[in-house]
Amino acid sequence: MPMLSPALRERIQALFPRYPNKQAVTLPALHMVQDELRCVPAEAIREIAELLELHPAQVHDTLSFYGFFRDPDRKLGQHRVWVCRSLPCMLRGGEELLAHLCGKLHLRPGETSTDGKVTLEFAECLGACEGAPCLLVNDDCHLSVTPQQAEEMIAGLGS
Amino acid sequence: MPTFEPVLLRNVGVKDSHTLAVYRERGGYRGLDKALALSPAQVVDAVKASGLRGRGGAGFPTGVKWTFLPKDHPGPIYMCINADESEPGTFNNRILMEEDPHQVLEGMIIGCYATRATTAYLYIRYEYGHSYRRLQAAIDELYAAGMLGRNVCGKDGFHLDIYLHRGAGAYICGEETGLIESLEGKRAWPRIKPPFPAIEGAFRKPTVVNNIETMACVTHILNLGVEWFKSMGIPADPKNPRDAGSFGPKLYCVSGHVNKPGCYEAPLGLTVRQLIDDFAGGVWKGRKAKGCIPGGLSMGFLTEAEFDCKLDFADPGKYRCLGLGTAAVIVFDDQTPIVDVLYNSCRFFSHESCGQCTPCREGTSWMTKILARIRRGEGELSDLEVLGDVERGIGLTPGTTICGLADGAAWPVKNALQKFRPELEDWIRNKRTSVDVLAALGGH
Repeated sequence: MPMLSPALRERIQALFPRYPNKQAVTLPALHMVQDELRCVPAEAIREIAELLELHPAQVHDTLSFYGFFRDPDRKLGQHRVWVCRSLPCMLRGGEELLAHLCGKLHLRPGETSTDGKVTLEFAECLGACEGAPCLLVNDDCHLSVTPQQAEEMIAGLGS
Repeated sequence: MPTFEPVLLRNVGVKDSHTLAVYRERGGYRGLDKALALSPAQVVDAVKASGLRGRGGAGFPTGVKWTFLPKDHPGPIYMCINADESEPGTFNNRILMEEDPHQVLEGMIIGCYATRATTAYLYIRYEYGHSYRRLQAAIDELYAAGMLGRNVCGKDGFHLDIYLHRGAGAYICGEETGLIESLEGKRAWPRIKPPFPAIEGAFRKPTVVNNIETMACVTHILNLGVEWFKSMGIPADPKNPRDAGSFGPKLYCVSGHVNKPGCYEAPLGLTVRQLIDDFAGGVWKGRKAKGCIPGGLSMGFLTEAEFDCKLDFADPGKYRCLGLGTAAVIVFDDQTPIVDVLYNSCRFFSHESCGQCTPCREGTSWMTKILARIRRGEGELSDLEVLGDVERGIGLTPGTTICGLADGAAWPVKNALQKFRPELEDWIRNKRTSVDVLAALGGH
């Protein structure tokens, strides 16, 4: 039983005409797989490699470069919350915001709550410095967030 | 301030400004109509004559860059648009993509017509989900309207596809050859140059790489004309043959300790003081500024006494900063320890160094560790000498690295040692400390 569903394979293959070679579909494919599986297991890497006519080591090499992708030991929760720690946010309480959430959720940056709902991470500049401190929930950015608002936001995330 | 009507931000805040209908209603795609009435070479000439310099950080003249593409190449020629906006303090591209995606796409279509590129990849950082969705919706509208695909706008033989390509959280993808490697599905290790992308870029084909704001400027140069663009800004210094001038409007981002952080539009050459006082409502809490970063983190520091520095392509260098960068000003007040600012900067570059070149990978890490020690009150005066040795030894300037990330990491340290040395020495001598709230958490 392959790890990548036929529908997922079709979505990956649908991108082939956009690029002169299949290797360029590596990042989009990794995104699609992680969206669905919340991590990229070794078997998925092999199957992506086969689809893209690459060696699995090539796919793994790319994956390992980007901080974004997770292996099964560090599987993402249902929601990923990133708190910016770069200078514009740091100057307006970004680090304290992250520390506050770590304390409330009993997590260190990078960890996932035991109920599997939330992965909390630090981010480098999210490009929303006019609303520092800011955070990203999945890929939606929230600006000028207080610790209380962040807590409520996380509590309100659906499962 | 002379009266100035925003052009790049004119649609921001207008209801449904992101849709084709509203963009057209407000005069959009006239620049493209005018471009398509010209030959591609005439469009290149117009952009060259405007003096437009790239807004992504390096400030290279856009029209000149386009002329580096080989003549009569059988193709394909690619365009890559750099929307990996990750320089701390910088968010103007995000606002353009979210609020006025058609302005950017219009510039891209004009640019592709001029350079004969038939495929454009817009490489966008993953974190910009809203921008991504707005752009994709705008691209879909253009295909439906016959303004992308075969015979764009009915122009025989002008075929163009635009694809969005999402990154995966790496600052180095903003370096143009790192971006190309990443687009190709590899780790984003910058390439040794030459060859430059114009000769051998994406998929080993001639490629032009431009920034989002640069593309927005192209739209208006074609619509409003070269003379309009050159009517604002700072002309080249006739005594400096290497100065190409600073023309046109610019989006300035201001963040940190000001009352009204935001993105503001003004002609190139606005001073830091004008930006902070006239646009950003002054320094917060009635305090004074200690200093600022003039153009995104990698450009170094200005002290408050240097705030008359003009934000154009030439002036920051006269104040020993690396350059204009992205013109993103980060202000810090007089109660902010410079050690904290510097530590944050070094930690960023250490985290984002791609690891390819040893001086950058190791140097940024050493500088971060030394500053962490100084922050804990465990520094020694000799640490400042070591910091100086490291910053002088890494980057394109000493010639030890492939790309400029290390120069960006070095510059804040260089400027801090030049401009804030008494504070650093005083901090070390008196064993002052500041709390690293994140270090206490463990993990990273």
